[in-house]
Parts: sequence; structure tokens; C-alpha cells
Amino acid sequence: MGKVKRSPWLLHYDGSSCNGCDIEVLATLTPVYDAERLGVENTGDPMQADILLITGGINEQNAPVVKQLYDQMPRPKVVVAVGICACTGGIFKDCYNIRGGVDTTIPVDIYVPGCAARPQSIIDGIIKARDLFQKRSDEHDEYEKTHHGGAGEEKING
Amino acid sequence: MKFDTARLIWIIGYLVLAPFIGGLLEGFDRKISARMQRRVGPPILQPFYDVQKLFNKQTIAVRKTQFSFLIAYMVLMIFTGAMFFGGVDLLMCFFVLSTAATFLIFAASVTNSPYSAIGAQREMIQMMTYEPAVLMTAVGFYLIRGTFDVDRIARAGSSAIVVLPGFFFAFVFILTIKMRKSPFDEAGSHHPHQELVKGITTEMGAKNLAVYTITEWYENVFLLGVVGLFIVNRNPLSYIGAIVVILLVYFLEILIDNASARVRWQTMLKMTWGVTLLTAGVNLMMLMLIYR
Ligand code: SF4
Repeated sequence: MGKVKRSPWLLHYDGSSCNGCDIEVLATLTPVYDAERLGVENTGDPMQADILLITGGINEQNAPVVKQLYDQMPRPKVVVAVGICACTGGIFKDCYNIRGGVDTTIPVDIYVPGCAARPQSIIDGIIKARDLFQKRSDEHDEYEKTHHGGAGEEKING
Repeated sequence: MKFDTARLIWIIGYLVLAPFIGGLLEGFDRKISARMQRRVGPPILQPFYDVQKLFNKQTIAVRKTQFSFLIAYMVLMIFTGAMFFGGVDLLMCFFVLSTAATFLIFAASVTNSPYSAIGAQREMIQMMTYEPAVLMTAVGFYLIRGTFDVDRIARAGSSAIVVLPGFFFAFVFILTIKMRKSPFDEAGSHHPHQELVKGITTEMGAKNLAVYTITEWYENVFLLGVVGLFIVNRNPLSYIGAIVVILLVYFLEILIDNASARVRWQTMLKMTWGVTLLTAGVNLMMLMLIYR
């Protein structure tokens, strides 16, 4: 119902990345690329975030952290994997402690490839993510309308 | 005191328009900040989009009571503003304002989150820091007008700022704290710096954060109203002057916000009390000599 896509707030989590992608994520927020013109706010708080942006692969140590961050985010939410490490494990894939991409731990919606992913493609990923965010929000509203009883908050999935 | 229709219109105007004015001001704030940083910046209506989105999200609350506390915060804040624009006792407005802030602290500390707790503690330090200047403002108005009634202060023959420049300066100084701007945004960090996560609002998500944001808008309009009270007098033209001064003060706050980094709370306390004492204090002494 409401136009939620005009206000996608990001939560950026740095998995086991080389920091290359993280710098590019920050670059998208600097004056040159200025993601804030799309309403993006880089929040550090999972309870206020709509889009979880993960760079770097998942290792045994950060897997529970990523899971928890994902669970703490209120629905509807979207997950974006930025960089080839986050998509598949990338160059670190064969390391003994690496599980692989983010989708080994939580469901990923948008994959942004590149090593490092360029700010242009990250912004493209964010735009795809906010459209998906809008779609999920509409589905959420639809669900609320068709399933009366007020307990909708606990029942909705995805 | 008895109400006349003009005051009723002021109150209704505040209740209805304050969220829009507050939201628009925040929108301009974000746009002007972006331009100061050579960015394009979000649309002016961005704060409204944000709040609309927050109402559309699932609310996860660690403690359900948080919402009740936030509602109390909101109701009391609206009450403060309505009292002010209704022209009643200024001192009473400030007392209710403090009570409202207390409920915000409750809302932040019920959750047991460490970040939220630090935010709440810093909010208390902030209250301690700005409260002298706020009370001094009320004292200043009383000394020159012989009343705390906003209605009668606003209908005086000349602008209060002429004899209260020190009080005005002190009040504008603490406005930086009240509006949660750098260098004094101790309790809740702005989005670019996140060592506190979100400080006092860390555990507020979805509709709780929306209620908080709208309350902040009400609060800002009330505070800017107090700034305006320094300017207005019997002459209707002074209201235009008041609006100009309010906009200038707001722009100054944005400039300070963008040009400074956050200071430690000790520095904030020393600076604010020092400034309050030097400006409002000296002004007060002079008034006591003149109005004897
Ligand atoms: S994709 Fe490349 S730049 Fe990005 S984190 Fe992996 S190795 Fe670093």
C-alpha cells in the first residue's frame, strides 16, 4: 500500500571480506555517488534496517552473527550480497574456515558481482533491492488484509 | 486564564501543522546538509517517506511497554506545545517538557540493551546540561514582563530580545543539544557515526521509531516557538521578524551540525554551563540592577 521503496535503510555487515568491497560500499555514500538521494540511510541498527548489505564470505565465526542480524531485522527485508566473495566465497572459497557465499547461511535476494563491486553496480543492486522491498511490503499488506485476527505480526514469512 | 478564539486557533494550528512543519524543516535540514557536503541529497519530503515506511513495517519490541512510554512521551510533548501556543504559563511548559523527556528515558532503558542504556544515561546528562538555560529563559521573561504567561509576554510593547540578548544566546546554544545536533548529539548518534549504534533509539524500530520521530518534530516546532517568543510583540509585523529569526537560527544549527564533530559529555557540560553563566547570568545581573 504505502510507498516504502522511497526509504530503504541499509545495514552494512562486513563478513570475511578483504575490505575492498567495504570501501566501495562507503564510496556509494560519498558525494560522488551519493546513495542518499535515493532515500538510503546507512544505519548501524538492525532493528531499523530494511536492506542487509553483506560484503565478504561467511566463515564459521561470523555465521551466527549474520544469522542474528538477519533475524533482528523487522519484515519486510531484503538481503544483498555485494562482491564475488559474498556471492560464492570468491577467492577465499577454498580456505579451511570459509563456508562460501552468504546464501550458505541466510537467503540472499540480490547478487552484486565484481571484485571489488563497483559503486555503480552497488547502486544498481540497491535499486533492485528497494523494488523487491516494495513488492514484499505490498504482499505483507495483502496478507494483513486477507488474514484477519491481528496476529499477523508473528505469522508472516518473507 | 480564559481562552479566546485566537488562542484556540493557535492551539489547533499547532496540533495539526507542527508535524508537517517539523518534517519539512527536517527535509530542508537534510537537503541543506547534503548541499554543504556537495551531495545532491534526498528529496525534501524524505522524512515523511521514512515515517510512512516505518508504519508499514513489522514491529519487533523487546518490551511491549516501550510503546506505552513513547506514547506518553508524545502526548506530553504535544501537551507542552499546545500549552505554549495556547499562551499559558511558560514555566509550566518547561516542566511538562522535562516530564516528557523522562518518559523517553524510560522508553530507552526498559529494553536492557547496553547501547540504549548508554543513550538514556547520556540523555540524562543532556537534561542536566540544558536545564539551567531553559529555566533561566523563563526567569528572564518574568523579570522583564512580570509574568510567565506566554500570551501576555507576546503582547508586550517591544521585543524581548532587546533586553534579553544574553538569554537568547544561551537558549540558542542549548538548542543544539535539544535538537540532537553535533557537537552535542551525545544521546543518539546521527547516521554517519555509529559507535553508539543509534544510542537512545537503538531498540526502537518500525512504529515505535515513527512515534519518536513525529514527537521530535512536535518538539522542534515548540522550541523554535520559544525562539520566536523572544522576537514577537504587539505589532503583527514582528511575527514576520520572528519567522525570519527562527529560520536563521535553524540554518545556524545546520551549519554547526555540519562543521563540528561530537565532543565528550564533560566538554558539553562545561561549555554549556559556562556559556549559560556568562551570557544569561550576566544578562540577569544587569536586569536585576535595572528593574530594581
Ligand atoms: S569480492 Fe574482491 S574486493 Fe570484494 S571482498 Fe572479495 S576479494 Fe575483496
